[in-house]
Amino acid sequence: MAGGLLLGAAGCGGGQSDSGGAGSGKVKIGLVTKTETNPYFVTLREAASAAAKENGAKLIALAGRFDGDNEGQVAAMESLISAGVKGILITPSNGTGLLSTIAEARRRGIVVIALDSTTEPPSATDATYATDNVKAGRLQGAYLRAALAGRPPKVIMLDGTDDSTVSEQRHEGFLKGFGIANDSPAIRGQANTNGERNPAQAATENLLERTSDINTVYTINEPVAGGASAAMAARGLTQKVTIGSIDGGCDGVRDVRSGKYAATVMQFPVRMATRGVDSVVEYARSGKKPHRLSDTGTVLITDKPVDGLASQNTDWGLKHCWG
Amino acid sequence: MRTPATGRAVGNERHARLRERLRYALRTPAVGPLAALFIAVVVFSITTDTFLTSQNLSLVLQQSIVIGTLALGQSLIILTGGIDLSNGAIAVLGTIVMAKLAFEGSNPGVALLLGLAVATFLGLVNGLLVARLGLPPFIVTLGALTVIFAVSRLYADSRSYQVTSDLLLFWGYGIQLGAVRLTWGTFMLIGLYALFWYVLANTAWGPHVYAVGDAPESARLTGINVGSTVLSVYVTAGFLYGIAAWQALGRIANADPNAYQTANLESITAVVLGGTSLFGGRGSIIGTLIGALIVNVLRSGLTQAGIDSLYQDVATGTLVVVAVGVDQILRRSGSR
Repeated sequence: MAGGLLLGAAGCGGGQSDSGGAGSGKVKIGLVTKTETNPYFVTLREAASAAAKENGAKLIALAGRFDGDNEGQVAAMESLISAGVKGILITPSNGTGLLSTIAEARRRGIVVIALDSTTEPPSATDATYATDNVKAGRLQGAYLRAALAGRPPKVIMLDGTDDSTVSEQRHEGFLKGFGIANDSPAIRGQANTNGERNPAQAATENLLERTSDINTVYTINEPVAGGASAAMAARGLTQKVTIGSIDGGCDGVRDVRSGKYAATVMQFPVRMATRGVDSVVEYARSGKKPHRLSDTGTVLITDKPVDGLASQNTDWGLKHCWG
Repeated sequence: MRTPATGRAVGNERHARLRERLRYALRTPAVGPLAALFIAVVVFSITTDTFLTSQNLSLVLQQSIVIGTLALGQSLIILTGGIDLSNGAIAVLGTIVMAKLAFEGSNPGVALLLGLAVATFLGLVNGLLVARLGLPPFIVTLGALTVIFAVSRLYADSRSYQVTSDLLLFWGYGIQLGAVRLTWGTFMLIGLYALFWYVLANTAWGPHVYAVGDAPESARLTGINVGSTVLSVYVTAGFLYGIAAWQALGRIANADPNAYQTANLESITAVVLGGTSLFGGRGSIIGTLIGALIVNVLRSGLTQAGIDSLYQDVATGTLVVVAVGVDQILRRSGSR
């Protein structure tokens, strides 16, 4: 029975590699994301897959099983090295966890490009195509500060996980853009949400038990903003509180449009994936390696624009959103 | 056991004997997994030109080291009729203790011993709760999983620690044979399985472990100290998780409190694929090693064949259900 299953699965793979594998000289490109479940990474994978098809290359998409699965990402990279890929696009779960495997891949002449998150040091990979997360946080902070229109700030901060670089960078950026320090009394509460909706909702509910005298909520991403806005609505606080977010997924833009939260900072995973695939194809063709760091851009999306801060409305947002 | 075939036609008898032999082969726990592993290797060797290279095979072995060692401890516990959901968490705490102490300037040897001691101690705590208080292993280790995961993050200050000590990285080093690198961790994995295979087969402890899992009441009646046997298994498993922590540092020179969150289920997968019964008392250690290898052979082979990881999960998950299904059918036919 097990044999039949294996034969079936591998037979299917054989067919695929015949039409797109080493035999026909197609360039193989590996993609290793943090997880398979987050729509952000799904977008990254679909965009990379489309870009690969357009370039006549073959994409092999792998992922860790959860955010922080270093072993899974290392094993995925090792398998891709064995499979003879020309380049590996990776969103590292941990900035330092993959360094030796990345070095090994580069030693074998494979170009390694970090997407979305950088390694530490960033020079460990050939290039990084990512959102400038500090800037994304700063945009959210500047918007929320302007939305207060001079009222004294009372903030809840909903972060991702403690040791995540992205979470730290957005947090820092927010503080800068909002114009307060990390120990400011204006911060009435902070919670780690794992970047997910349900923990975010529970955390907000708990923080509101302590004090509901809040006027601003920082969120690390849109699922978290969704959770926070549900908790606010349940307490009848929707009108009193301005929520900001980061991501630019289509669900998020629709939430901004319907007023669940005031603004979101759009990032562009499709650009990361497309540029990554293009760079590997270019490397395979000409041997030219991509250059180091490239910010794929951020755009503030809101239907309630504030003075002095460039933004796009949700019509534009829905045209350019991902997911 | 023998099929009563007297008085029937000779052809029938031969047929029955054949069926009996087949059934015996299937019931010998490691035969099915070994066949599945063999088929997988053959299929991937034919359908891809990158799977069957000595370098890739050595990678598959390296990828099996940590889960393989966790699954060894898991096997012993499952043989007693228990289950351990906390093994990955224990190993992660072990890596954090070793890496953080070394990072803060402690002697790496001391850090290593303390890490091993913490893991063994947590095995002891689980064992005492199961064997002495009689609490269900599922509940005990579910609670332990939650507590230890949180303690790891608290102790780690929610950050990861890079490891530079040669002693802590030892299992990641190895010998270079031409293009192939064999790490000491690979030899350690095989050595551990050989050791426990020998111990289970050739010491009094082995049959006791099987007996308390198969029928604890009868085991007690034959004079086996059931509580002490179960306790010894959890302590041994805890120590093995400590070894797994050490091996994990050799594999990735970084201790991260977020790592190995699904290692508990992966180790159970390896045990089940290896033909060990989740009901206890039946199974083989070697089967577990083969089970761990099957998972990684599938992952590697499907990647070489250009298949995305979601489909790889479909294949692995299906295989687990098939393995348990076969186990159930054999149990039923065996008890008839």
